Amino acid sequence: MSATIPLTAQLINLCASVILLLTFAMLAQRRVMQLINLFALQGFMLFLSTLVVAVTTGQSHLYWSAGLTLLLKALLLPWILNRLMHRLQIKGEVEALINIPTTMLVGIGLVIIAFNVALPISQLSHTITRGTLGIALAVVMLAFLMMITRRKAISQVVGFLSMENGLFLAATSATYGMPMVVELGIALDVLVGALILGVFFFQIRDQFDSLDIHHMERLKDN
Amino acid sequence: MTFDIFVILLAIPLVSGALLTVFGERDWAPHLNIIASGGTFIAAVWLTISIITDGPRFAFGEQFFIDSLNVFFVALTAFVGLTTSIFSGPYMKNEAAHGRLTIPRLRLYKSMYQLFMFTMLVALTTNNMGILWVAMEAATLTTVLLVSLYRTPASLEAAWKYFILCGVGIAQALFGTILLYFAAERILGESGNALLWTHLVNVKAFLEPNIMALAFIFLFVGYGTKVGLAPLHNWLPDAHAEGPTPVSAVLSGLLLNVALYAILRCKVLADGAIEGAFAGNLMMGFGLFTLLLAAFFLSRQRDVKRMFAYSSIEHMGLITFAFGMGGAVANFAGLLHMTMHSLTKSAIFFAVGHATQKTGTQMMDDIRGLIHVNPLIGWGLMLGTLAILGMPPFGVFASEFMILTHAMKHHPWATPFLLLALGVAFAAIFGKVQPMVFGETEAKRLPHAPAITPVFLHLAIVLMLGLYIPPYLTRWFQEAARMLG
Repeated sequence: MSATIPLTAQLINLCASVILLLTFAMLAQRRVMQLINLFALQGFMLFLSTLVVAVTTGQSHLYWSAGLTLLLKALLLPWILNRLMHRLQIKGEVEALINIPTTMLVGIGLVIIAFNVALPISQLSHTITRGTLGIALAVVMLAFLMMITRRKAISQVVGFLSMENGLFLAATSATYGMPMVVELGIALDVLVGALILGVFFFQIRDQFDSLDIHHMERLKDN
Repeated sequence: MTFDIFVILLAIPLVSGALLTVFGERDWAPHLNIIASGGTFIAAVWLTISIITDGPRFAFGEQFFIDSLNVFFVALTAFVGLTTSIFSGPYMKNEAAHGRLTIPRLRLYKSMYQLFMFTMLVALTTNNMGILWVAMEAATLTTVLLVSLYRTPASLEAAWKYFILCGVGIAQALFGTILLYFAAERILGESGNALLWTHLVNVKAFLEPNIMALAFIFLFVGYGTKVGLAPLHNWLPDAHAEGPTPVSAVLSGLLLNVALYAILRCKVLADGAIEGAFAGNLMMGFGLFTLLLAAFFLSRQRDVKRMFAYSSIEHMGLITFAFGMGGAVANFAGLLHMTMHSLTKSAIFFAVGHATQKTGTQMMDDIRGLIHVNPLIGWGLMLGTLAILGMPPFGVFASEFMILTHAMKHHPWATPFLLLALGVAFAAIFGKVQPMVFGETEAKRLPHAPAITPVFLHLAIVLMLGLYIPPYLTRWFQEAARMLG
């Protein structure tokens, strides 16, 4: 089998697998600081895989989106999150997670579901990257799981951003990326979203003296 | 063309939003907010007239597309945007006088309000399904900080929930958009045209049905979260109850419509690609479920804004059900109901806003005798409530009646559920509003006289449309309904 797959496709698959692995690592990570580092690494791997696809296919707009990914997801967003951590003085804080092994098992189940959902789509796809569509969907679902199981506001946001990474991977693997104007718009939204969340963190902390979201479970029907 | 009214329509809210960010603390800032909204409304009317006379058109190449369907939403959005800005003038002054808001927060409110209008107008007029997504997400981002404007623990919680739930929902819609692009790219090629709705609609019969089914599910769940469809409706009552009332009015009256509009655009494509009524059935099922769930939650509410938020969910469920049935009559009724709901619900929120300001509470048990305190607010709330509950001769009655009779004819199984939900909602809301309006009270005067005109303006239009729909409006609705298939 492996002899029939070209080297570039193998490289792309490797990058995608590393991204999936990193998502699992994020799911298991207790320290908020390490979580941000893992997120930065995930962004960097996303940049690498987009770059490989760009070189292989010669699609010029993919170079742009690779550059955008590097700038935004591997450098700028982690930097913003880091600064927030320092300003809010939540460095090195450990998060009490509910039972990591169970979360991991649920995660494996999600990966299987994701691969099954993606199978019919990737069979129709003609791109060199079609194999990674299942991985992309799995990353989206794992990020979703992370948002559900986390209690700290900042790790929910990392989950949200890494869901965006998964969607970006899906876009490159199914179609070689969305049109440039759309991609720029999405990047702008993500950036503005992160900035607004930064403002929001300070509001939450001023009000609750903590970024633990279990303070925010009071609004219910009657 | 040297002078394009569409460019002006988009430029006014964008430029005034930027201006208000800088000069929002000046004395004339509230006036600028109203003037800008008025300008947007005039531009929208102008655009509507030109679309009615000249037919659909493009703008900025093919990136924007205006036809009889979306120009109707543009006009509605601009109108409610204008009346809400008029309402919010004295309302926000009263809030500041009560010490609930500071000057910088009022500035934030005004600039975000204009930017929110801008994102909604972009979402409504864009021809690019990707830009539609971007604008919808931007509409969430502009309103998050408005929901938390009071900085109370409850409002922060509501805003956080709003951001996270809508963020997750809208991420599903992005995946749906990717799948749509994937399906389209196989036919339209890799050019930027593959996400343009006008191109997609020409080739919709050739799109791969399996992928389109999957894409529609993701798009429906994603945008459906913003419409407030159950079971992803949880953000909506919190955001409406904890944010300032003008924000509740535009969220309920406008944002929900825009999200529903996005679903309608996707439904047209899905219907063309998939055999049978897959998209329609999905919408009918979720619509009915949402309607029933919201109706039963209504009677449990104690916060007045929360109750009317649930009422919005209920109506969105009904409208989704109507569009799910499809066909000229049901689509017509759906569009009519969207108009009626926007106008009536924002009028109710205006009246509720003044009422809560007078009494200093949102708890319905503590609001009594509005008719004695301020007869106009009391009657406004009472008439608005009767209108939203579908009492004749108000326009909501006409659209609900059309939806109901159409359902009886084509989907008789759904009729008992519809009647049950509407009956339960009537009992719940009327039973709670009646003592609020007619009970005994001892409330004091407000420092700034409330703006009553928007309430009665909206209700008058709803009343007029219930008694008589002008022929050009009927034609316009029919044309839009036909486009939806």
